Amino acid sequence: MITDYNGAGGGGDVLLSVRDLKVSFFTPAGEVKAVGGISYELRRGEVIGIVGESGSGKSVEAYSIMGLLQSPGRVVGGSIWLDGENVLEYDKRQMQTLRGGKVSMIFQNPMTSLNPVFTVGNQIREALLAHRAAGRAEADARAVEMLDLAGINNPEKRMRQYPHELSGGMRQRVMIALALICEPDLLIADEPTTALDVTIQAQILSLMERIQKKTKMAIIFITHNLGVVADICSRVAVMYAGYIVETGPVDEIFYRPRHPYTIGLLRSMPRVDADEFERLIPIDGTPVDMLNPPSGCPFAPRCRSCMKICLRLYPPSADFGGGHIASCWLSERGKSVSAAAAAVAAAHAPAAAKGEGGDAYE
Amino acid sequence: MSESAVKVGADAAAASAVDAKGGAAVKGGAVPLIELVNLKKYFVIKGAKQGSRHVHAVDDVSLSIRQGETLGLVGESGCGKTTLGRTALRLYEPTAGRILYRGEDITDAKMLPYRRKMQIIFQDPSASLDPRMTVGEIVGEAIDIHGLAESKAARRERISALLDRVGLNSEQANRYPHEFSGGQQQRIGIARALAVEPEFIVCDEPISALDVSIQSQIVNMLDDMQDQLGLTYLFIAHDISVVRYISDRIGVMYLGKLVELAESGEIHKNPLHPYTRTLFAAAPVPDPEKNRGRTRAVLEGDIPSPINPPPGCRFHTRCPNAEPRCSAAEPEFREYSPGHYAACHLL
Repeated sequence: MITDYNGAGGGGDVLLSVRDLKVSFFTPAGEVKAVGGISYELRRGEVIGIVGESGSGKSVEAYSIMGLLQSPGRVVGGSIWLDGENVLEYDKRQMQTLRGGKVSMIFQNPMTSLNPVFTVGNQIREALLAHRAAGRAEADARAVEMLDLAGINNPEKRMRQYPHELSGGMRQRVMIALALICEPDLLIADEPTTALDVTIQAQILSLMERIQKKTKMAIIFITHNLGVVADICSRVAVMYAGYIVETGPVDEIFYRPRHPYTIGLLRSMPRVDADEFERLIPIDGTPVDMLNPPSGCPFAPRCRSCMKICLRLYPPSADFGGGHIASCWLSERGKSVSAAAAAVAAAHAPAAAKGEGGDAYE
Repeated sequence: MSESAVKVGADAAAASAVDAKGGAAVKGGAVPLIELVNLKKYFVIKGAKQGSRHVHAVDDVSLSIRQGETLGLVGESGCGKTTLGRTALRLYEPTAGRILYRGEDITDAKMLPYRRKMQIIFQDPSASLDPRMTVGEIVGEAIDIHGLAESKAARRERISALLDRVGLNSEQANRYPHEFSGGQQQRIGIARALAVEPEFIVCDEPISALDVSIQSQIVNMLDDMQDQLGLTYLFIAHDISVVRYISDRIGVMYLGKLVELAESGEIHKNPLHPYTRTLFAAAPVPDPEKNRGRTRAVLEGDIPSPINPPPGCRFHTRCPNAEPRCSAAEPEFREYSPGHYAACHLL
């Protein structure tokens, strides 16, 4: 159903290729199809944002790359290719080499993901010794260097401290240092700034951007905050109820959104930089009950442009050029979501200035 | 939003009547709905020697909220905005200072009659609704306490009208909170607050626990209720864009202090305090083009501990423009243009 628009195999610089990935949770109440079949590709050094609400499957998808799905969750279909190897076929040992070595992850809450009974230094050193087989002294020197790069002052002292002795922003910096110590090719950041205050969030985003420019690693940035995505990502995938409903370059998604859900998200949030406000246009209804998802398009029951076919069949992907893809029957049938899209476009002056109708934006 | 423009104009006129000390005295007879005068709330740290260590959660804040307006309160975690809201309702007893309701001092008053006038909506609806009570019982409890229904039928009628108002239906009165989604639970919390027909509601982060697509539903509902019922809100949130959207005036708090207070459009266009400036600039904007053009406003360092707040201006440890006098003396909270107050030595 999802067309493989990425061209399987891809160019030489493709780092990660997820193909028709399906993940289900087998709960006593029934099978929950957390990820219903998603495909995307990530090139080296690229930063992709995965946006969605709770339950949209955005974290589950990332956890399966790391082999961190917990029972009753299981990958039930598809493949995940990293550097040409299917990580779903890895055995336990290969997976351990991958985790923290080639792929690293930072989590939303650093307090629960750092080990409270080990010092910061101990935890960073452990990662180095496990993956890079450096000697202890060398590992310590690397760790101090990394903490320094992560913007932690007095790193020698921090090495001897426990996570509870640090502030929230500091802990997230330690998490980042820990994730990056082995210079991974891919960093998965799962809501890394959601638990932080805005001024600390700005610090962490700057830090991630700086390190990314330096090391050229690829980042999957999972968040529900569209502002953060617009800030640091070059590409966006919008997830709803286990599907990528729209994906494309960041400018396409923000200035020329095609899927009613994306349009709804952009219209429903006030902007801090607005001079005056229109009344918010909310997305009606409630998020999908993943135990009993609707047939057809999962967004159909909440969609203001819902047609009969939307309730019956999942829509195919429509390609708008430049990697901008949306799964919506309206796009498929060539009808425009124009009224809504125009409203969003009008709210974004730069889009208008760049001229309408040019699909190839850059 | 033409009505709000009118409202804002009236506000600005009224605000100029508030004195430079930060809003206690009001000239011209217009008594504000709520006044906080030099309010302090310190929490004793357990295990510390008697009286030796306190968290200075709210430290000498004065402000007034006019009838029918929404005063937004922003600041980062630990700045005391929630404590301020709860102390204003005397859910926490103030350490010092006065709370006035329509000019009456309620700092030591019996609160029961005032509970009918002042209500609160909490951040986490699943934690603030009793899981063993049905929705009808939760909403009906306040009706019983204040004797607002003469008969069982009237009570039932009232509950179903309340549920109807928040977009639920009356059959749902017999269900339990866990049977509802987060957004619906927050609607129950709002119905519970409305049950006593209050005049003033403290909205303490009412949408931050909700999914993005649900947040605007609740914001619009709060907005409509204000128009229809003439409610007054103290709207507390860390999300500046939502506060800007819903508020007539905005107060910015840092480490227990009010550092700036102004009309919503004014504080956005012309922020005076360096903390306000960074707070607004640090909020990410869903606009890639705009982000490319700007340099991210980054404040160095962490928020200091409210147990030992820095001397002088509390922001001086992170302030890019700090001078020696900033750590020596506390800046006065002064009016710089009509209705626009700030506390900074460098203005």
